[in-house]
Amino acid sequence: MTKKQLKRVDIILSPYSVSPYQVLINTVKRSKDEVIKEMINSGLRGRGGAGFPTGLKWKLASEQISDEKYIICNADEGEPGTFKDRKILSEVPRKVFSGMAIAGWATNSTKGVVYLRREYKYMVADLEKEIEVFNNKAKEIGLDFSINIFLGAGAYVCGEETALIESMEGKRGEPRNKPPYPIQNGFKGKPTIVGNVETFASASMVCRYGADEYVKFGTNDQHGSKLFSISGDSPKEGVHELELGMSIEDFVHEFGDGDTKAVQVGGVAGFCVPRKHFKTTIIGEGQTTGGATMIFNSTRSMYHVLHNYLDFFVEESCGQCTPCRVGTQQLLKGIEAVKLGEKEPEYLEQLIKLSQTMKVASKCGLGQSVANSFASIVTNFKEEMIY
Amino acid sequence: MSELKTVISDQIKKHGKGRDALMPILQSIVEKNNYLTNENMVEIAKELDISAADVYGTASFYSFLETEERGRYVIRICKSITCDMKGKGKVLRTIQDMLKIKIGETTQNKKFSLLETNCIGLCDQGPAMLINDDFYNHLTPEKVREVLVDYIRNKN
Amino acid sequence: MSVNLKIDGINVSVEKGSTILDAAKKINIKIPTLCHHEDLCVAGNCRVCIVEVEGKNKLEASCATPAEEGMIIKTNTPKIRNARKDIISLLVSEHNTQCTTCYRSTNCELQALSSEHNIDHERFLSVLKPHTKIDKSSWSIEKDDSKCVRCQRCVRTCAELQHVNALTVSGKGKEMKISTFLNLPFSDVVCTNCGQCITHCPTGALTERRYFDEVWEAIGDPTKHVVVNTAPSVRVALGEMLGMPVGTRVTGKMVTALKKMGIDAVLDTDFTADLTIIEEGHELLTRLKSVLVDGDTSVKLPMMTSCSPGWVKFIEHMYPEYLGHLSSCKSPQQMFGALTKTYYAEKNNINPKDIVSIAIMPCAAKKFEANRPEMRDSGYQDIDAGLTTRELGHMIKQAGLNFAELEDTKYDSFMGDSTGAAVIFGATGGVMEAALRTAYEVVTGREVPFKNLNILPVRGLEGIKEATIKIEGCLPAWSFLEGAELKIAVAHGLINARQIMDMIVAGECPYHFIEVMACPGGCIGGGGQPIPTNNEIRLKRIKAIYDEDEGMPIRKSHENPEVTKIYADFLEKPLGHTSHKLLHTKYRKRNRY
Ligand SMILES: Cc1cc2nc3c(=O)[nH]c(=O)nc-3n(C[C@H](O)[C@H](O)[C@H](O)COP(=O)(O)O)c2cc1C
Ligand code: SF4
Ligand code: SF4
Ligand code: SF4
Ligand code: SF4
Ligand code: FES
Ligand code: FES
Repeated sequence: MTKKQLKRVDIILSPYSVSPYQVLINTVKRSKDEVIKEMINSGLRGRGGAGFPTGLKWKLASEQISDEKYIICNADEGEPGTFKDRKILSEVPRKVFSGMAIAGWATNSTKGVVYLRREYKYMVADLEKEIEVFNNKAKEIGLDFSINIFLGAGAYVCGEETALIESMEGKRGEPRNKPPYPIQNGFKGKPTIVGNVETFASASMVCRYGADEYVKFGTNDQHGSKLFSISGDSPKEGVHELELGMSIEDFVHEFGDGDTKAVQVGGVAGFCVPRKHFKTTIIGEGQTTGGATMIFNSTRSMYHVLHNYLDFFVEESCGQCTPCRVGTQQLLKGIEAVKLGEKEPEYLEQLIKLSQTMKVASKCGLGQSVANSFASIVTNFKEEMIY
Repeated sequence: MSELKTVISDQIKKHGKGRDALMPILQSIVEKNNYLTNENMVEIAKELDISAADVYGTASFYSFLETEERGRYVIRICKSITCDMKGKGKVLRTIQDMLKIKIGETTQNKKFSLLETNCIGLCDQGPAMLINDDFYNHLTPEKVREVLVDYIRNKN
Repeated sequence: MSVNLKIDGINVSVEKGSTILDAAKKINIKIPTLCHHEDLCVAGNCRVCIVEVEGKNKLEASCATPAEEGMIIKTNTPKIRNARKDIISLLVSEHNTQCTTCYRSTNCELQALSSEHNIDHERFLSVLKPHTKIDKSSWSIEKDDSKCVRCQRCVRTCAELQHVNALTVSGKGKEMKISTFLNLPFSDVVCTNCGQCITHCPTGALTERRYFDEVWEAIGDPTKHVVVNTAPSVRVALGEMLGMPVGTRVTGKMVTALKKMGIDAVLDTDFTADLTIIEEGHELLTRLKSVLVDGDTSVKLPMMTSCSPGWVKFIEHMYPEYLGHLSSCKSPQQMFGALTKTYYAEKNNINPKDIVSIAIMPCAAKKFEANRPEMRDSGYQDIDAGLTTRELGHMIKQAGLNFAELEDTKYDSFMGDSTGAAVIFGATGGVMEAALRTAYEVVTGREVPFKNLNILPVRGLEGIKEATIKIEGCLPAWSFLEGAELKIAVAHGLINARQIMDMIVAGECPYHFIEVMACPGGCIGGGGQPIPTNNEIRLKRIKAIYDEDEGMPIRKSHENPEVTKIYADFLEKPLGHTSHKLLHTKYRKRNRY
């Protein structure tokens, strides 16, 4: 364990003390290989939840031979409890665009797309202005890279990278089989980097500070700062930029309302940590996180919380694969039946096993992640499930 | 119909006549009329040379591409966990009482439709809702009443 | 390039790009599947075919995962078995498990999986949606969502094989289902009734509408004279319904069975297939003359065959401006119907109103065709019921006949004579081959210049086949064709038909005459044929068809003695007045969307 004290940092959300476009200009003067190496050395991992090493993704994409490649910024942010990308895009969009442009330059891609969730349509006008500024800037410095916005239409699963691509191609957002991965065969069959909003902003920051500085933040396996979307029973709801590696205990001490009973780490697709594990659970160790943390105090029924999550999954599953489409319905119906006494409490064990099947056999991350919150809530709050 | 054709051809100009143009076309029609009529979908299918079933299948996947008639103002109240914890239930009841409609329904005068939606990314400001594209946060029964009164009085 | 991997301890080497499932098949390891179908692209959505890949915690869908160098795969571990059992149980839990009343019982992939894995009702609660209504609006297709496993095989079939896209997936999450445009009834959408979605459906969710009860009623009614005609491709597939190996020819047994069931006259659709060749062949020659000699621009070339009702409805929906290219000949089924209630009735002195005329077809679309309002030229509904090969198989079982042991019987006469040319109608390219055997001889007085009359270039499973035949040494009446190169093409599967139509639309179609069959492989792969159907099975049925042809004493339509006779006694001449009334028809424009 490399437990750190809870530490606030101010890298991503800080105002532009150095213009992100200056960072871009400085970066594209270097060699592409060197920048990709820097990205690898920074240890930056994707901030969208899956935590794939960003530098490696860029490297793989740069090795693809193709007349066209795409850089897609995933701003579909649909996970309940997540709202940091909204904040980044409304406060420091240039960091994101500069990160996208660097990725584009490093991998020989000329087209960038921001896939913005439909629910954020009110942001489009401002973003378009900013994009125009960027596109002009790119022209001015002679960089062949332009960005536009693609508006989603309301489907959580479209945050999954291949579903997102299907959606951009005018289809139902059903995740594809992987392999092939987007970096081999993405939008319109071309190599495509899909990255989270925060990932691109962080990439720009890596270029600004250099990998050596950047790795000073975070844990052994996750470097840098991380934005946390904090909601629930907290007097300090909102987005906070923290260093990875603190314990939940510290976290709760800072953000809880004094009566915290459980913390959901990583949004509804993440884990629910009960009070008895606050001390031993380090945020960012072992599991990756998109940074959504929801805090529940002792007045909350964890049955109700789980029921709400499952309602969400039942609706937002794309429905194509069996474990997820039917499994989510079974979990929901199952906890209802146990609560009503129609099924024995032992049935919960059967359901946990089912959730494990969903974890190993579902086609995409949505179905695979349901088990995280399901098993952690059912195991740790069993009484609440039954009585 | 001709207005629809311009919407479609504008998007085709931007995105080409391929399937890529489908989402932007659907979006811009919904932006104008709040939902897709059957004729809309047939027309789009013709223009893009795809089957009407495919247009329908795609539209029905997305919660903002409505294929049922909706009012001019579509209220989408978040039902996900933190908004729910923060009192979404009371807010919802207030809306239902004021507009005399239930979830999924549209008022007689076709002005409002009421829907529930999953998280809209305002969890730190819940309960939250969208009316068309605009968001309203930190809702209470009082606040939502004010908002709706404003819509009823001042917007068509 | 090949890759080497190890499955359950056995080394196997496969072509790069193969899936784990392909590799397992190669070494005879059977991995259960459901959404996978050889004819279709990979979906990977049912997750039944999961396997363990060493080094990964996740299980991988073997049908969707490429085999990679050095992979170590296990296909049967406790982890897999537990997950697979969960998955099948989940499918069962959203299923209307009424196997006892299900048409696909004993021929159902879900039932088989469930039985193999001993699934019970205890594991999960039922999440079957209550009150799903069965769509029986179409004459041909029935859709029962409560039996659907959402494998999307039907959707892929309608898109990839047929390019009709009448089916789609709608909704998401638990609302996800297979749907037509706006979920409209089947009768109201662009569906061609080809029935390919049925033969690709693993369960009882899509089935043909059954009419065998009405047929049993008619058989049991002493006032009715029940006449059956059986299509060429039924005789090479029916055996599969009754436990016989694929490709078994059961012509004689089928006739015996029908007789034992109480059919009054068992006749052969081949007779009107031969008649079609005469009529269509003359239509083609007439069209060629109008265009080449008279310069008549209202006459369309290429001429396209019209014996596949799925294809006819396809062009009515998709290319209504090009209906002029379709031959005006009715399909053999409908010619048969019209003649049964006129010529046959007259000759046998039976009042046509007492005749019940039934067609046994490889096809789902023929049910719709029989009910087209145009098809009443005899003054009655020409064909009262169209049954599929599958329905006949059921009826034979219902009748308690030991099919394999039945002796052979010949078709009744008259309208029971057949030729090899008519038999090959059942395979893609067959109509073309039969037409050429006759037309060439009509024009030149000589047999087609192919060994044993076998026109090999038009045979086989290639999507679009083409050939050029140089016409030399014409008889005086056809001298305008001297030296002409007749260009022909054969397409099967509507996606290939669409390619041809797009050539015509673009004005780039070099052909004079085109055969189109809606179903891949032609009628032997029809939507009414035994399930499963795949290329291996198609090829075996095709072989049986050509074997049957080679075994026939007469192999040219114009030599069918009954055909000669009907022109002498009844029709007078090809394209004559009576022919026009009874054997030809018109088409209509239908909605494109
Ligand atoms: C159901 C589901 C929803 C997802 N939603 C998002 C999202 O809203 N934003 C995001 O950046 N990544 C999301 N992801 C992860 C993406 O698939 C992908 O891994 C990510 O965009 C890659 O970017 P990164 O490497 O920068 O994290 C989601 C994944 C799944 C399975
Ligand atoms: S896991 Fe769920 S969301 Fe993902 S492909 Fe399967 S059904 Fe769709
Ligand atoms: S579809 Fe198959 S499993 Fe379902 S009821 Fe019919 S036979 Fe049984
Ligand atoms: S019958 Fe043919 S056209 Fe109709 S839905 Fe099935 S596959 Fe498509
Ligand atoms: S109707 Fe049949 S083929 Fe289509 S999805 Fe359902 S089970 Fe599969
Ligand atoms: S939970 Fe309501 S906006 Fe996120
Ligand atoms: S058969 Fe492989 S996932 Fe369905």
